[in-house]
Amino acid sequence: MIKFLERQIERLGASVLVPIGSLGDVMIFTYQFFYWLVKRPFRSKLFIEQLLFVGNKSLFIIFLAGSFTGMVFSYQTYFGFKMISVDSLVGPIVAISLSKELAPVLTGLIVAGRAGAAMAAQIGSMKVTEQIDALEVMGISSHQYLAVPRIVAGTIAVPMLTVIFNLIGNIGSWFVGTKALMIDEVMYFSKLGEFMFVEDLLQGIIKAVFFGFIISVVGCYFGFTVEKGAEGVGRGTNLAVVWGMILVLILDYFLTSFLIRIL
Amino acid sequence: MQKDVTVSIRNLSKHFGKHVILNGLNIDIEKNSITTILGFSGAGKSTLLKHILGLLQPTSGEIHVLGNDLADMNHFKLRQFRQNFGMLFQYAALFDSMTAFENTAFPLREFSDYTEKEISERVSELLLSVNIKEESFFKIPSELSGGMRKRVGLARALALSPEIMLYDEPTTGLDPITTRMVNDLITDTSKKYRERGLTSIIISHDVKATLEISDYVAFLDRGRIIEYLPALEFPKSDNPLVKAFINL
Ligand SMILES: Nc1ncnc2c1ncn2[C@@H]1O[C@H](COP(=O)(O)OP(=O)(O)OP(=O)(O)O)[C@@H](O)[C@H]1O
Ligand SMILES: [Mg+2]
Repeated sequence: MIKFLERQIERLGASVLVPIGSLGDVMIFTYQFFYWLVKRPFRSKLFIEQLLFVGNKSLFIIFLAGSFTGMVFSYQTYFGFKMISVDSLVGPIVAISLSKELAPVLTGLIVAGRAGAAMAAQIGSMKVTEQIDALEVMGISSHQYLAVPRIVAGTIAVPMLTVIFNLIGNIGSWFVGTKALMIDEVMYFSKLGEFMFVEDLLQGIIKAVFFGFIISVVGCYFGFTVEKGAEGVGRGTNLAVVWGMILVLILDYFLTSFLIRIL
Repeated sequence: MQKDVTVSIRNLSKHFGKHVILNGLNIDIEKNSITTILGFSGAGKSTLLKHILGLLQPTSGEIHVLGNDLADMNHFKLRQFRQNFGMLFQYAALFDSMTAFENTAFPLREFSDYTEKEISERVSELLLSVNIKEESFFKIPSELSGGMRKRVGLARALALSPEIMLYDEPTTGLDPITTRMVNDLITDTSKKYRERGLTSIIISHDVKATLEISDYVAFLDRGRIIEYLPALEFPKSDNPLVKAFINL
């Protein structure tokens, strides 16, 4: 059993360490994104397709995670706050935590697991079946055709999903708070207005933009670098998820420390 | 340069890091012909093809295609220039989210000024010409057999009326019947477009089929073309490596 665990940890470690060597490649890949982004044609049809794809992939789980996060969080804070008789503050506490932290981060993690993985899988399988070569032979930039629409879509979709997560979470919190825990409804909303600011919403949305960007860059990158062979695509997908999540968490720390100062 | 040479390569060398893959390779490929390049696995055949397409940059040497020096073109020109090529991939490489029809229409939509109606006519004509029946036009690749996919792949490659058709191991991994079909397809295509000046370049392992369908055969080994003869004379080569390869 311990041997087994050791092996799993080793494997996880290897899959995390190996790509650190390719950091430079990811930089070049990101540079190429901006290069091709401003070149014609902009493929708006593919972009819309990808936007719907990212939305579709994650929307249901966002609903689920959003509502439960809001409900559970409302519960948790209520019993703590009741002890010091500030239970009317449950609304703003949940709302602020959701909009600044929980909604963008959880949405980012979910999208990394769903859409980021799917991007790597799609592009990876196009790579192994030479569809990417076929594009290049026709003179079409595979980067522009495949990566640009996905990265732009991801960068826009994640903030949108974050807003949805936020909204659903707050509805969940309101529902549990006022219906199950019997916080006074008027009190709930007046405190919400008193403590919640536009900056809090903005902070979450800005984070989400960066998360969306990094998740789709990583998803596409690990798709394009898939190696031929049976395990290639699976490995690429796996790396996209692991790295998407790790980068969301790391980026969250730096963005928070930065945004807190300027907002 | 001679007028009837489509691809002319002089002293082409390619190094991947320390590995020397192509080493002073020379070849002239005649217009209107079918030329096959044979060689052991890993000899650098695909690498050579990618150089002709301008997908890889030579370490040294010159490549002229249709009278143009590839080194003179920036990467936008090169992309445009690739419209002179059609390529059939080993597993057809159809876009798996598109139907047979859309796959064939893809290059036309990307690069021609045809109206939808003209595209539709041209695609039907192309697909019918490779024996894809109308009932299969709107199937996606996973609903087509391997042989049909190859045919759609050929239709797509021919859509923009290329000057040069490239085939990378067109029959590797196919059953004998499909292999025969693909070989027939290559010869038919070559014949049909001959007066328009279509040059076909094939990469292959399959000696028997190569000798049947090609006009010229070249043998690539250790980064050079070590034998280059008309197909009829190729079996009489006295190069020991070529002999060994033929008799494998
Ligand atoms: N991008 C690359 N980077 C490094 N090495 C490469 C690259 N492409 C090809 N090679 C190496 O060059 C050699 C020749 O490869 P190539 O694909 O041209 O061979 P081939 O003759 O087409 O073989 P096969 O019949 O197996 O397709 C191989 O050893 C391969 O590992
Ligand atoms: Mg090859």
